[in-house]
Amino acid sequence: MPEAVLERAHEDVHKTQPWNNPDAVPYIRFENVTKKFGDFYAVDDVSLDIYRHELFALLGGSGCGKTTLLRMLAGFEEPTSGKIYIDGVDMAGVPAYERPTNMMFQSYALFPHMTVEQNVAFGLVQDGVSRSEIKELVAEMLGLVQMSKFAKRKPHQLSGGQRQRVALARSLIKRPKVLLLDEPLGALDKKLREQTQFELVNIQEKVGTTFVMVTHDQEEAMTMASRIAVMNEGVISQTGTPFELYEYPNSRYTANFLGQVNLLEGVLVDDDEKYAVIKSDEANCDIYIDHAVQGHEGMTFWAAIRPERLRLTKTEPEETKYNCVSGKIEEIGYLGGISTYHVRLESGKRIKVTEPNTGRHNEPTYTWEDRVWVSWEAGAASVLNK
Amino acid sequence: MSSDKLTLKQRFDRWMIKHGRVLVIGIPYFWLFLFFLVPFLIVLKISFSVAEYAQPPYTPLFEWIDEGITITLNFGNYLFLLSDSLYATAYLNSIRIAAISTIITLLIGYPMAYGIARARGSMRSVLLMLVILPFWTSFLIRVYAWIGILDREGLINAFLLWTGIISEPLIMRQTEFAVYVGIVYTYLPFMILPLYSTLEKMDVSLIEAALDLGCKPWQAFVKVTLPLSMPGILAGSLLVFIPAVGEFVIPELLGGPNTLMIGRTLWNEFFANRDWPIASAVAIAMLLFLVVPIMWFQHIQTKQEEREQ
Repeated sequence: MPEAVLERAHEDVHKTQPWNNPDAVPYIRFENVTKKFGDFYAVDDVSLDIYRHELFALLGGSGCGKTTLLRMLAGFEEPTSGKIYIDGVDMAGVPAYERPTNMMFQSYALFPHMTVEQNVAFGLVQDGVSRSEIKELVAEMLGLVQMSKFAKRKPHQLSGGQRQRVALARSLIKRPKVLLLDEPLGALDKKLREQTQFELVNIQEKVGTTFVMVTHDQEEAMTMASRIAVMNEGVISQTGTPFELYEYPNSRYTANFLGQVNLLEGVLVDDDEKYAVIKSDEANCDIYIDHAVQGHEGMTFWAAIRPERLRLTKTEPEETKYNCVSGKIEEIGYLGGISTYHVRLESGKRIKVTEPNTGRHNEPTYTWEDRVWVSWEAGAASVLNK
Repeated sequence: MSSDKLTLKQRFDRWMIKHGRVLVIGIPYFWLFLFFLVPFLIVLKISFSVAEYAQPPYTPLFEWIDEGITITLNFGNYLFLLSDSLYATAYLNSIRIAAISTIITLLIGYPMAYGIARARGSMRSVLLMLVILPFWTSFLIRVYAWIGILDREGLINAFLLWTGIISEPLIMRQTEFAVYVGIVYTYLPFMILPLYSTLEKMDVSLIEAALDLGCKPWQAFVKVTLPLSMPGILAGSLLVFIPAVGEFVIPELLGGPNTLMIGRTLWNEFFANRDWPIASAVAIAMLLFLVVPIMWFQHIQTKQEEREQ
């Protein structure tokens, strides 16, 4: 490739992926932030950079500290130690009502004694914006979230999805530098949630605000976020794009949290510059890895393989030395587009395989108690050491 | 299964399903009829009669004369209430004292209710318990206790004289001040409890949302907390105001001879003057005074409920 093209490609990457640009200045910065409630570390020494225009997701189970991190950004909690910067300004001691952030609450927290219009206008009225300007901005914002028709309604006269839109409009109207979303879709049913995910992303692109969202739903995070930080017990276990986290997890925790995974425990028996072999007693097979592994022979590793990267066959594959195990089909889950199979290996270990259902008139290929072989490519497994 | 083969229990169950609702609602209605409506009608009847030295001390309303019933209605008692300024003064005084007490109770009770509603779980039940605790002692004894505190030789004066802040004892008992102390003290729980129940239900994130949108804490209180606690404020105020208007024991024990309240006037008419018809008219007029605000409150409440649906 000519150098100029390469350079332009590089520039593009730096623009769309500021986290890969060493010169980019983070918009939000957590510096060794710790929050203790009594003896409990809700957030434990977290450092994190979030860039402008990102839709950043904090992902984790309940009690992992993600909400505390968000609330510290909003100013509802002060860190026990560490610093938080927004757009270069130290937020220490800045009260919530003076921060350049607005929050969309999990419960939406719409004021029940005010109409939709009054709710959306609340922040502007508070700032002393002129009446005519408020009217214009509210109308524009209600248009953006498609709620113009309901301007005169009270929150209790709205459906869940409509309330969510009003909450979004109310938190966006002051043009905050950062919009914080606490489980923004948590209160919606599944169908509506899927539809709203894309709407939120579209609105984010339209207004260009930096979004930081908290969610426990990995699917939601993966669909919407530019980057995700996976949190566990007050610590960020991995940060990256959805693709990076799914394909290159750094720990069993992230691998398990995002999507489904089979973890095969084994010891490193052969480590070369180009390849490595892990012997797994658990799966009763040798796992061939197509790259070098950092570690010494005899160390314990886990090979993480996604169910859709496994191949299921009724007959024994030609090559069975590496990456091949056999077992019996124990459970079948038909999900329409795909089917999942639980295969009990001879060693007793159970692994999960998914296969797409491609043809409509195909007879079911496998049935319970079928003897099958499960195999995978050399590049299919991620090697994890924690 | 045919119906004539039903066991007694099955028949009873079916009967209960059909008529149970009426029965359940009927019992309290019957109670109210017997112990509220009937006495009220008797008092109403007496208020239209004339006092006389007899047993009972008033003229009958219905008389059999020439095989016909004659009803003698005497509006004189009500006209008398209007003609003697004593009654109007007593009514207005009662309303003034009750209104001021209600406002003081609200000002003291609101922060307390707020504090309890925002306290941690275990602390909350302890604080609520403390609010209700005085009810375990007789109301009368508690008012007597205030005599001991406010008296010329009472606790407060003894303490202030001992510290040397004052050289003459303060006159607190038998003043309107003592009546306010008594009413506010007695009715404070009736203000706190309804306020607590509305404040406790309020979502804390609403206040956070107000702060987040640029409100300083006091602005968030005025714009969000206060309007949302209005039902509690109204309920508490009426629970204090209505009984305070007719209060007899507190002005009698703590108030001076100048503290004219309608409850005391009523007592005097019944027991000092033995004028039952006038006393009944005073009672009926007071009831009307109090029923109007209750009806108004109920009207507001039903309107609010309708709005919420």
